[in-house]
Formats: sequence, C-alpha cells, structure tokens
Amino acid sequence: MTPTPRITKAYFNAFYALMTTYRAEIFFWVIATTLPLIMMGIWVQAGASGAFEGFGSVDAARYFIGVFIFRQLTICWVIYEFEYDVVSGRLSSMLLHPVNPLWRYILLHAGEQFTRLPFSILFIGLSLFIFPEALWGSGEQPGTWLPQGWRVLLALACGYLAFLLRFFISYTISMLAFWIERVSALENLNYMPYLFLSGLVVPIQTLPPALQEVILWTPYPYILWFPAQLIAAPPEAMPAELIARGLLTIVGWITLFAILQQALWRRGLRHYSAMGA
Amino acid sequence: MEYRANFVLATISSLASMGGALFALWALLRTEYAMNGWSFNQALIVVGIYTMLDGLQQTLLAPNRQQISEFVRNGTLDFVLLKPIDSQFWLSARKVSVWGVPNLFLGLGLIVYAASFRLEPAVDAANYVRLLVPLAVSITIYYALGYLLSTLTIWFTKLANVTHAMHALLEAGRYPVAAYPGAYRAFFTFVLPVAFMTTVPADVLLGRGEFTWVLGGLVIAAALLVAARLFWRYALRFYTSASS
Repeated sequence: MTPTPRITKAYFNAFYALMTTYRAEIFFWVIATTLPLIMMGIWVQAGASGAFEGFGSVDAARYFIGVFIFRQLTICWVIYEFEYDVVSGRLSSMLLHPVNPLWRYILLHAGEQFTRLPFSILFIGLSLFIFPEALWGSGEQPGTWLPQGWRVLLALACGYLAFLLRFFISYTISMLAFWIERVSALENLNYMPYLFLSGLVVPIQTLPPALQEVILWTPYPYILWFPAQLIAAPPEAMPAELIARGLLTIVGWITLFAILQQALWRRGLRHYSAMGA
Repeated sequence: MEYRANFVLATISSLASMGGALFALWALLRTEYAMNGWSFNQALIVVGIYTMLDGLQQTLLAPNRQQISEFVRNGTLDFVLLKPIDSQFWLSARKVSVWGVPNLFLGLGLIVYAASFRLEPAVDAANYVRLLVPLAVSITIYYALGYLLSTLTIWFTKLANVTHAMHALLEAGRYPVAAYPGAYRAFFTFVLPVAFMTTVPADVLLGRGEFTWVLGGLVIAAALLVAARLFWRYALRFYTSASS
C-alpha cells in the first residue's frame, strides 16, 4: 500500500531524527563526495585556455557547482541498506508493516538528505568563495549568474526525478539480494557507467557530438548533467526541445526500472526465506 | 570461491576509477588545450602513480588503519599496550591485504606503458631507480596522514567516514597539480601535500624532477611522521581502556 500523508510525515520525522544522530559522520561523508569540486578546479583551468568552445572558466565553475548540488540530492545508498535488511532478516519485520518497504527506503533517504543539507550549503558557499566569478562573471564572460525562475524550479523538479531514477536503478539491482549474498558489490558495476556518462568528471557538452547523442539515450546524464545544465548553462544551450527530450527520457527510464523492480520484488519475496520464516 | 569473485569485483572497481581519470584526460587533451605543458602520456604517468600508490595503501595501510578503531571500540587496545613492543609499530605492521593488488599492477602497467613512447627525453632504467625516493616519500605521507586520523578514534570511537573523506580529497592527485588553478595548487601543496605524492614522483620519472621539490617532500614526510608519533603518544594519555 502507498502511505497516507500522515504516515509519510511520521516516517519522515522519525528518520530525520534518526539521521541527525549521525550528523558528524554525515559531515565527513559530504567531504567524501566533493569530487565535483576537484573536477571544477581542473575544468575551470581548462576553460580559461579557451580551447573549449562555449565552455569558459565561468561556465565550468557554474556547471560543477550545479553538479555538486545535484550529486548531493541524488546520493543513494539503498543497496547497502537493503542488503543488510535481507541478510540479517530485518526485512521480515518490515513486511509485517502495512506499508511497502519501498516508501520506507525513500523516506530514509529524504531524512538523510535533510540532515546533509546544511553541510552541502556550506560547501556551495565555499566554492562560490573560491570562484566568485561564478556569481558575477569575469572579464571574458561578463554577466551575473541569474537563471530564469522557471528553469530553477524545473531543475529542482528534475533533481528529485533524478533522485528517483538513481534510486530505482539501485533498488532494482538491490532486488538481486534475494538470490545472491553480497549484492552491494554489484553497485561497483553501476558506478562505472555513472562515472563516465553522468557528467561528473567530464561535462557532456565538451564531448564530440556523435558521442553526446549516444550518451543522451542512456539514463545517466539525467542524474547530474541535465539538472546542472538547466541552472548553469545559458538558455540557448538548453533549448526547449532538448528539455522536452530530457524530461521524456528521464520519466521513461524511471518507469522502466520501477516496473522491473516490482517484477523482481514479487519473484524475490516468493524466494525469500529469512530467519524464522 | 567467494574470494575469487571479490577479486574480480575489486579489479573492476579499480579499472572504473582509473578509467574515469583517463576519460577526463582524453576529453581535456583531445582539443588544443595544453594543460600547462603536461602531454597526455605525461599525465598518464601521474594517474599510474596515483593508482599504484592507492594499491600500496590498500595492501599495507588500510587493513591496519581499520583495525585501530576496532581495538579502541572493543577495549582490546589494552592487550596491545601491554606488549613489550612499540604499540604504533605493532598496530601499523600487523596485517597485509590482497585487495590492493589489482590497483598495484594496473598502476604499474600504466606507468610502464605511458613511459615507453612519445616522451622527450625518453625514460630509462635509471629514472625508475630514482623514482623510488619520491615514491617512498608519498607512501610515508599517506601513512602519517592516515595514522594521524586514526589516532582520533581514541576520542571519537566511530570515525569510519573520516578516512573516506581523506581518501576522497587525495583523489585530486590523479591529475598533475599544474592542471589546477592557483588556489587549489596552494592547498594541495601546503595544506594537503598531494603535490608531493603524485606530481613530484611523475616529474622525477620524466627526468625533470627538481631537487628542491624532492627535498621538500622528504621534509614534509619526516615532519608528518614525527607529528603522527607525538600525537599518538599524546592520545594514549586519554585512552581510558575497557574497564576503567
């Protein structure tokens, strides 16, 4: 069953309280996910050379701040949680709840995101302090960073869709925990295409056009590159048809993985024989 | 059997993270961007040294580092302290793990491959011998930084993410420091000495290492080693053991 607003609120409050007890750990975790800020350094320096058309150092700084924001929003560890729940048998007690554990995991992530928020803002502030040009523009690229309001709202909505996409990819893989013991090791296999295709280390728009076209069919660029571009790129770099295509692709992939996940979930439950069952 | 599967997965994840760096370098250098005079092959050597260093630390340092917090949490550090040998030495040289082996060989392979062609001057055997000094410096720095952080577990028993955070910041060493803007370069030279861990060894292998940088690395490594030692002695005074 899907939870009522009241249950959702209760879950969220409980998980937020749970996560705040780990706030020190979560702070260090934010430091552990600062790869976009390292890559920002590399690409700001590269952009300054003028070797990348339409991607100067100001664009690079804005782009990677965007990537950092949406990386914070799309961090997903459901596979480790689910693996533990299956192997330890904790899933059995969750199955007695009237709410599908899926919602529990999503809200667990929401609670953690909320705890992480102040730390993430701290790091966004830090990067703006290092590259104030991202806000005010530079000599070569004047103009303040002021994306249109609807683009910001759309980016935020896409950010949450991106989280759902990443979540459902991971959760689908997690379902294999019903059959194999150490499913979290498979997350490494998912990490490879994510690293290459999401725009985390290389902005997609700097790649050869043919390669871009291929990448845009995969789900990965919509996790980081697409929402980051919505707030970072000048409007003409993200025309309406590209936005529409992005939205369709992201919704398509989410639907596909959600269906696959549900199918595996049903089969897996039949196979599940935890402690005491 | 279980271990064999894990080994394959360890190799895959090593390949993935090394591949990420290679992909970035390819995307950067396929244009006319010069990256402050670092060619693709030269930058590959930095990636290779980073990967090898990562393998070394996974083999020699990480397994011991993880144990320290376990000893503190369980109170079994008492037994270690009672032994007639030095506690820091015993804790640092107790275990060796095989999970770093894929990284070690991947890194070495990449270095040898990249150093074999299109470099001016060519890399000869003597350069590899000279590489040993800055490489020893980088593993020493890694050890000392890791030990400094592990020592914190005496006060805060659960700090698993701290070493993750350190590891993530050291990832900056996949690229030569010259590829970063000024502020980053200063940070990675004077605050977190990443420059001495990968760029300086690569420069030495390429036959363009400067004596002052190698010496600077030696001084930093020695200073961090002393700092780790003193901090450990200091922290032990606060260790309250299991039953008291």
